[in-house]
Amino acid sequence: MKFTEEHEWLRVEGDEVVVGITTHAAEQLGDVVFVELPDEGTTVSKDDEVVVIESVKAASDILAPIDGEITEVNSTLTDNPSMVNDDPQGEAWFFKLKFTDASQMDDFMDEATYQKFIG
Amino acid sequence: MSDLKQTALHDLHVELGAKMVPFAGYSMPVQYPLGVMKEHLHTRAAAGLFDVSHMGQVVLRAKSGSYEDAALALERLVPVDVLGLGEMRQRYAMFTDTTGGILDDLMLANMGDHIFVVVNAGCKDDDIALMKEALSDSCAIEVLEDRALLALQGPQAEAVLAKLQPAVADMKFMDVAQDVDLDGVQATISRSGYTGEDGYEISVANDDAETLARRLLAMDEVAPIGLGARDSLRLESGLCLYGHDIDTTTTPVEAGLNWAIQKVRREDGERAGGFPGAGVVLQQLADGAVRKRVGLLPEGRAPMREGVAIYDAAEGGNEVGKVTSGGFGPTVGGPVAMGYVTAEHAKVDTPLWGEVRGKRLPLTVTKMPFVAANVKR
Repeated sequence: MKFTEEHEWLRVEGDEVVVGITTHAAEQLGDVVFVELPDEGTTVSKDDEVVVIESVKAASDILAPIDGEITEVNSTLTDNPSMVNDDPQGEAWFFKLKFTDASQMDDFMDEATYQKFIG
Repeated sequence: MSDLKQTALHDLHVELGAKMVPFAGYSMPVQYPLGVMKEHLHTRAAAGLFDVSHMGQVVLRAKSGSYEDAALALERLVPVDVLGLGEMRQRYAMFTDTTGGILDDLMLANMGDHIFVVVNAGCKDDDIALMKEALSDSCAIEVLEDRALLALQGPQAEAVLAKLQPAVADMKFMDVAQDVDLDGVQATISRSGYTGEDGYEISVANDDAETLARRLLAMDEVAPIGLGARDSLRLESGLCLYGHDIDTTTTPVEAGLNWAIQKVRREDGERAGGFPGAGVVLQQLADGAVRKRVGLLPEGRAPMREGVAIYDAAEGGNEVGKVTSGGFGPTVGGPVAMGYVTAEHAKVDTPLWGEVRGKRLPLTVTKMPFVAANVKR
């Protein structure tokens, strides 16, 4: 698993990457009450806002970590947003992205580096 | 490092694992490890303990020593019947300015020979200056800097507090009691709060605050509750938050607080007007205001927060209002909001649209509270 400075985790599966938010991010957000997912088939560029998450406290975005096409979204989250708090690094993945440039994955942190990053 | 003020319970909050945030010049707990959602639900199911010591506690006493003189003096600043308030009873009020805008909202209580006033933390310096300037001719204004204020709220609040003093069970909503012995701690208590639930607000010496808080928290029914859940609880209950739902640009009539302006202060009342902005407020009471604060129930799951613009059509149309408070209501199980809309769109069941992230999402003007009040009348 790789990690971004935006507190996303990325898991490569073939030519796709599965994207979620870290346990740390979920704790910081607090109780998640709303998730808005992108349409499957959408082409996105790195740093596009693709998901809206709202917690009891505030709204925040998940950015596309790399360029690609959204191939699948976890629509369970729409009806059950609290899954993001219950299992952020497992069941509560947000979307799968088919990447166009695998080298973009090289920029991200491994788990040890991420743990250091969040201090 | 920081010049934030601390309440007498600051160290206890930290010990309990609270996330502390700056609020109105104080370091305050926004949530505990339980989290906003569970704290909210716990308060509606059992009892929550809130530290509201940042609020201003003020004693207003007439130099003559009579409640009546203090009441008549305070009536120069509020559109409320202070004189007619029964002894050991509490009432909601607001300070108005010359345009009828709201300077702050407050609770006042008839303590027999003086008035006990509780004002918002963010406004307390201005409120105290206002009272000193306007009332010092006939009254002494004493700020109780050395007292903490705890709120115990929820359906189990009575049972919990009665363990320390059985007599509190006999109090009714908006009753006040002083010199109450809570198992050794002297307190001034009102049966009121800001959650829509039954409960008490308990004023004690700073030195006793932690002792009392620990006694209460030691009971299974009681959990500490932060400002996050305090906000969602009051929102579901349709209660205004100063600086958001009411401020100097909103009048009591626009805010739907007509119920707080008793007949005696209205046109043809025995003490009609006589408060700042009375011309505006009395006229609006007679003719209605051009806009009104209303409950807004979003249809979907997306919260509509403060600042969301409200339209009268899904596309095009006109902007007819704005959300002033909004978020997720844990007891409602979905988003809830309140805001101002033009009078012609203020009728219950009017369909409107809120614009969230560029999209118009449907909502309905809804009667408040969103969650029925559960107080002991």
